[in-house]
Amino acid sequence: MATRVTESQPVLTVAPKARRKFSRRRFNQGLTGYLFALPWLIGFAVFTLWPMLYSLYTSFTRYNIIGEPRWLGLRNYENIIFNDSMFLKALENTFWMVIVKTPIVIVAALTIAILLNLNLPGERGFRTIVYLPNVLSGVAAIFLWQWILAPNGLFNAGLELIGVRGPAWFTDPAWTKPGLVVMSSWWIGAQVLIYLASLKGIPKSLYEAAEIDGATGWAKTRYITLPMLSPTTFFLVVTSIIGTFQIFETAFIIAGAAGRDIALGGPGQSLLFYVFYLYNRAFGKVGAGGLQMGYASALAWILFLIIMAVTLVQLLLAKRWVYYETDGR
Amino acid sequence: MRRGYSPFASFWHFVAWLGLVSISVLFLVPLFWMISTALKEPAELMRNNWIPQHFAWENFSYALSYGMWFRWAFNSVVITVFSVIGMVLSSAMVAYAFARLKWPGRDFLFGIVLATMMMPGVVLMIPQFIIFARLPAFGFQGSASWVNTFLPLIVPAFTGSAFYIFLLRQFMRGVPMELSESAKIDGASELNIFWNIVMPLSKPALATIAIFSFQGAWQDFMGPLIYLQSERLYTLQLGLRQFEFAAGGAPAWNWLMAVSLLVMLPVLVVFLAFQRYFIEGISITGMGGR
Repeated sequence: MATRVTESQPVLTVAPKARRKFSRRRFNQGLTGYLFALPWLIGFAVFTLWPMLYSLYTSFTRYNIIGEPRWLGLRNYENIIFNDSMFLKALENTFWMVIVKTPIVIVAALTIAILLNLNLPGERGFRTIVYLPNVLSGVAAIFLWQWILAPNGLFNAGLELIGVRGPAWFTDPAWTKPGLVVMSSWWIGAQVLIYLASLKGIPKSLYEAAEIDGATGWAKTRYITLPMLSPTTFFLVVTSIIGTFQIFETAFIIAGAAGRDIALGGPGQSLLFYVFYLYNRAFGKVGAGGLQMGYASALAWILFLIIMAVTLVQLLLAKRWVYYETDGR
Repeated sequence: MRRGYSPFASFWHFVAWLGLVSISVLFLVPLFWMISTALKEPAELMRNNWIPQHFAWENFSYALSYGMWFRWAFNSVVITVFSVIGMVLSSAMVAYAFARLKWPGRDFLFGIVLATMMMPGVVLMIPQFIIFARLPAFGFQGSASWVNTFLPLIVPAFTGSAFYIFLLRQFMRGVPMELSESAKIDGASELNIFWNIVMPLSKPALATIAIFSFQGAWQDFMGPLIYLQSERLYTLQLGLRQFEFAAGGAPAWNWLMAVSLLVMLPVLVVFLAFQRYFIEGISITGMGGR
């Protein structure tokens, strides 16, 4: 497809066997490569590889940073899975968000992208406006949405216009997560632009051929657009799910709003998401179960395994619905 | 596209256009509401009116007087500037190695670069904290270890990010190899070629990375939350939360919106000035996943 990043053909210089022996030039060339890659090599060793191994070790210990780690074997994992109701609550909340938010974000982004792709007047302006919220994120944007979703705030005033009595959103345990979903549908600009880029890459000839065969608008969408977009949809679903599994900042700020105790995880623990719980265990107050680095590391590895499993299942399912143009390979 | 007296190809295109207009309005309303609230007097806060009767500009100065805002802004600027410089330089160097140099193990290591993109950050969060808590800072910013200094927020940026390396590598592979080869014949060193030929030609991709890492550093919350403990070291993001706490239960929304607006402003300005790079960058991002 035209939109794919075209990789320039790698120059394949097949060195004759005779020149395989040590040569100063080859050595220098290799050394230059390593020197240029050095920042990443150091970063990988110090900030990724070592932490991973260390975290795996820590997850089998009791460790509060101040003392020495004490070996526990599988105890952390057993306690998390069998004796930790907060863990189950966090898992439930997180899966709720993943399951509800992902389809809404994908469908909304696709719809807007299709509208943007109609070559209507003002397309550039619309594109800018739809992406704008993505730069307005951070704590400030979360405060803004808390204000908009206040019980007698702007959003509920809007609902009243159509005769709906709005809920208390972030103060009602049943409505905190739907509130987050409303909020996050403001931040779909990136997904829209990614969809738009691949829409523009669908060859016009496909539509023209379908029109000759008498295909209507819906049929063209169903049998050309959606299948041609399926690799992009797959990418967006996978990244959105991985991102939602790690939701933290919004929940953390809303749960701690108005001086409420963060360890409670929002009204009725309804905002206690996985990473939020993990944060409380690792960096929270000692009296509230904090500073348990071993336990928190075990939580991190369980999350890693869950994300891996979910991604793997998606990769397997992808064979059924993701359409890749074969390059004759 | 058919061209007649109307800019719309059909009635349905007009309906679609109306749809886009309403979506745009919905997307802009929160921002407008923020500005409106920031200029309201307390008595007007509960009256959902769009335009304040009297523009209370003094909200900004009141809000700014309750906190170390200038200190926090300075901290945010320092951290952001250093992380952007580090991120762009190191990612570019590493991308150059993967895109344009031949060295043993290159393709294997590039596979690892891609694999690290899938690693959830939380797995690394705790051990990284432990590492930084053990590294001595020799009293830098009044701290014995790297925790409660800017170092954990700046130094890792100088090792590049897998995602930016990937993005830049794709771009640098598109720069014709002949340019490097002819420069080499003229006796240019690899560093010369990197700095004087490939870097200038990669400007659009570098701009994209600079902008994304700027936004990332400016709006980072979890990093400062974990590493910065004393209030004088806070960034604006932490400062905002501190400000909300200081209000003790019921934040004054007009003040809160006023400072929130100021904190958002730099990113907003950068976006409006360089939106092309934002939009192109995002499109490349998505295609990277194909």
